[in-house]
Parts: sequence; C-alpha cells; structure tokens
Amino acid sequence: MINALVEMFSYAFIVRAVIVGLLVSLCAALLGVSLVLKRYSMIGDGLSHVGFGTLAVATALNIAPLSISIPATVLAAFLLLRISENSKIKGDAAIALISTGALAIGIMVISFTTGMNTDVYSYMFGSILAMSTSDVTLSVALAVVVLVLFIFFYNKLFGVIFDENFAKATGVKTFLYNMLIAILTAITIVLGMRMIGALLISSLILFPALTSMRICKKFKSVTICAACVSLASFFIGIVVSYSYATPAGASVVIVNIAAFALFWLINSLKRRT
Amino acid sequence: MWKRYGKRYSNMALITCRDASFAYEGNTVVEGLNFTVESGDYLCIIGENGSGKSTIIKGLLRLKTPQTGSIVAGDGLKPSEIGYLPQQTVVQKDFPASAYEVVLSGRLGARGILPFYSRADKAIAEENIRRLDIVDLRNKCYRELSGGQQQRVLLARALCATKKLLLLDEPVAGLDPLVTQELYRLIEDINRQMGITIIMVSHDVRTAVKYASHILHLKNTQAFFGRTEDYVSSGVGISFLNCGCADGRHAE
Repeated sequence: MINALVEMFSYAFIVRAVIVGLLVSLCAALLGVSLVLKRYSMIGDGLSHVGFGTLAVATALNIAPLSISIPATVLAAFLLLRISENSKIKGDAAIALISTGALAIGIMVISFTTGMNTDVYSYMFGSILAMSTSDVTLSVALAVVVLVLFIFFYNKLFGVIFDENFAKATGVKTFLYNMLIAILTAITIVLGMRMIGALLISSLILFPALTSMRICKKFKSVTICAACVSLASFFIGIVVSYSYATPAGASVVIVNIAAFALFWLINSLKRRT
Repeated sequence: MWKRYGKRYSNMALITCRDASFAYEGNTVVEGLNFTVESGDYLCIIGENGSGKSTIIKGLLRLKTPQTGSIVAGDGLKPSEIGYLPQQTVVQKDFPASAYEVVLSGRLGARGILPFYSRADKAIAEENIRRLDIVDLRNKCYRELSGGQQQRVLLARALCATKKLLLLDEPVAGLDPLVTQELYRLIEDINRQMGITIIMVSHDVRTAVKYASHILHLKNTQAFFGRTEDYVSSGVGISFLNCGCADGRHAE
C-alpha cells in the first residue's frame, strides 16, 4: 500500500493533480454548504456548463483557457444572481437558459474549429493530465484567495444565508455577499472543471455539504465536516483512479456518493436507537 | 445631548412617517401614512391580509423606499440599531445551526466590515440567551426546536441587534395559544423593563389592544392612528373589535 502510494507520487503530473484537486475540493466543499443552504445548488451546475462553453472558445482561439474562462464564468455568475433577484424570469429557468445557451455556443465553436477531439472529451469528463505547472501556480493562488475570503467573511455569510432580510435590515450588504459566493463558486468550478470534468464538477460542490448535513447540527461543524469529507473523498478517489486506471473525476464522485450513503446510514441508525 | 431612552429627554420622535405611500411596480399598496413612534411606545399595526402591514415593516427597515413622503428616524436611531423578528422562511426550517450561532448573528450589523465577533459581542449574546431563558437550548440544533423555542431564539437574536427598537412581523403566527401568551408577555417585559420600543404587526386585534400603547390600523390607507384607549372607543375600533374577532381568531 505504502509502496503503491510512493510510486504514485513519483509522477509529477499526479502530484500536480493532487495539489490542485485537494485545494479545489476544499473550496468546493466550503462554498457548497452556502450554496445548498441558500437553495443555489443549480447555480453550480449552470456555471460548470458556462465554464465548458468558455473553455471551448478559448481552445478555438488558442489562448490560455483559464484567462478567458474565469472572467466569463464570473460574469455569468453575476448575471445569474442579478436575474434571479430582480427579473420576472425565475432563478431556475434563468440558470437553465444561461447554461444550455453557453453549452450550445461552446459546441458550435468546437464543431467549426477542432471538431470533437480528445481535448473536448477531457473537458466534459475530466482528465488528470490536464494540469500544467503554470495551471498549478494559478490554481494554488486562486484557491488561497477563495479560502482566505471565505474565512474572513464566514460570519457574514452565515448571517446572509440564514436570514437575508434580517441581515439586510441590520445593515449588512447582502447583495455583496451573495455576489461573493457566486464569484468564488465560479472560480472554484473553472479550476476544478478540467480535472473532474464539466459534467461532474457540481457534485464536488453538493455532495460534501449534503453528506455532512446528515449528521452535523451546527453550521460550524457542518462546514468543517464537509471540508474533511471532501478532502478525504478526493484523496481516496484519486488513489482508486490511479490503482485501477479509472477516470479521475468519476472516481472522486463515486467515493463522494459512498460517503453520502455511509453518513445517511449512520444517521438513520442513530435515529432508530 | 439626548438620553438614550425615555421620551422626556429627546427632542424628536424615534420614527416619524410623513405622507408616506408604498407601491409595487406602480400599484400603490398603502398610502396616506402619518404617524410617529416615540421611545418606549408599543405600537401594534393591525389590518386584514393585504392591507399593507408587512410593506410598512419593510419601509421601516429601509428594505423598501417610500414612493412618496418620508420615514425619518430620530433620537439618534441608526438603521443598524433596529432589531427585527421576521416571519420564518422555508430556508430556516431545516437549517443546521445551533441556537447560539443564530443568536450571535444578531451582532453582525454592529460588526461593520470587521470579520470576527468580539468578546463584547459574545457577552451580549450570552446575556440575551439568559434573558430569554433559552440557556438549555444553546447548543441544540435550530431546526429541531419547537415553533415557540425558535421564536425565542430569533427574539434573542433581534435583541442582540438593538437597544432601542424592535420590529416584529406576526411573531405568534403558527404558535399554540399557551406559547402565544408567553411570547406576548415576554415582549411586554422587553418593552417595560428594557425600555425598548416595540412595533408589531399582528392580525389578532384583541391582544393588540390588550398590550399595545398605540394602534395603527391599516386598510390600504391609514384608518386609525392613536392611543389604544382612543382606538377602542373609535368607530373603526369598535367595528373591527366586534366583527374583527372572526379575523383575529380564525387566522390562528
């Protein structure tokens, strides 16, 4: 077992993937708690489709994928929030509109340029080979920003999620914090998308939060537990992926599902006794 | 300098509402609002559903700006010093948070940009937890509390946000009669003993006239504003108290 791990970490690409993956899992889990409780779960899913579209455009234009994906996805996050706050199109419909729209544009651009090749395939289902050294640097920097902002605004985020009207009435700038959640989510999604896959990344946001909510009763413990579950799931998933040559993204998600089932079981056993 | 509490010392009402009206997308919901709230008052806003009660609360909290007229805060009242007990939302019903975390979040407004709670904030939270007699619930999960217990927790949170003014939006909705009476008594104590001004929206007119010092009766316009003694002998008051018993009782 130890030997297998040592062997695994002798590959530079695996080390890069694990570093970025752990950081992304951590950010995703922390933000996921907010998104799930705020009934924004679908925003994560919608943004990952937008991310896919922008990655396709970036590939077609032959520019660094993150430099176009991050601003475009952040913009989409901003639009989604704005729309769901003011307009007559309801939030879930707005998300479906923007996400499928972006997906369609991405597919069109791909078909005009490269065609459906391995690159596109790896965007959709993830690839452990996707991380270059410069990606790692950028990912680490952004992940640190996400973490610091999250910790710094932790109490404010709690207030805004628990009771937006109360927070607003006592002078908290709620729109700002909603924006913050959406922007941090957008960044996290784009960072994790190429490894986990555009179609799978939102499960990294949702599962840890839902898993820890089976058992934990306090906001703080839910947040910490979600972070631990997410980190553990990612690590186990990547080891499984390496050992059995399974796709990295799907492996991580499967481990997350197993964790969810386990916590659910523990909770229902606890209730019975 | 004005003293913080007691109308004797202030030279301006806590809240002055002048010719205010509110509208949603151009449709006026309530208009002709002219009333003042002095420090230490207990004002009940009553009226049927859709008469504009909740809209006024939003106006007082500055979540909604009046279409015409104005609502002015006086007596040194800052927007961040208003305690608010909102109606429960769906999100809260299954929220994993301890009662303590919820109460402490009442201090958020006072924090400003600062990220973490100070020792003073925590002391205020503890004080209100003791005052509302929810010490045993402190570490319990909010979603597992009964309706009455949840209201106490939210009331403690509201008190963490204010020393002056408490706004309550239908605080007893969905509570059983016994818990309802307890909560009303608690609110009365907060008003009398702590000197905190109360503005409460209610459609239980009988309890309103029992506890409140002033009544604001809405019918999409201001049907009555004044002291409770005057209300019970006024035309609006008599007719609402007589036929309004149906309104008050059936709604519970």
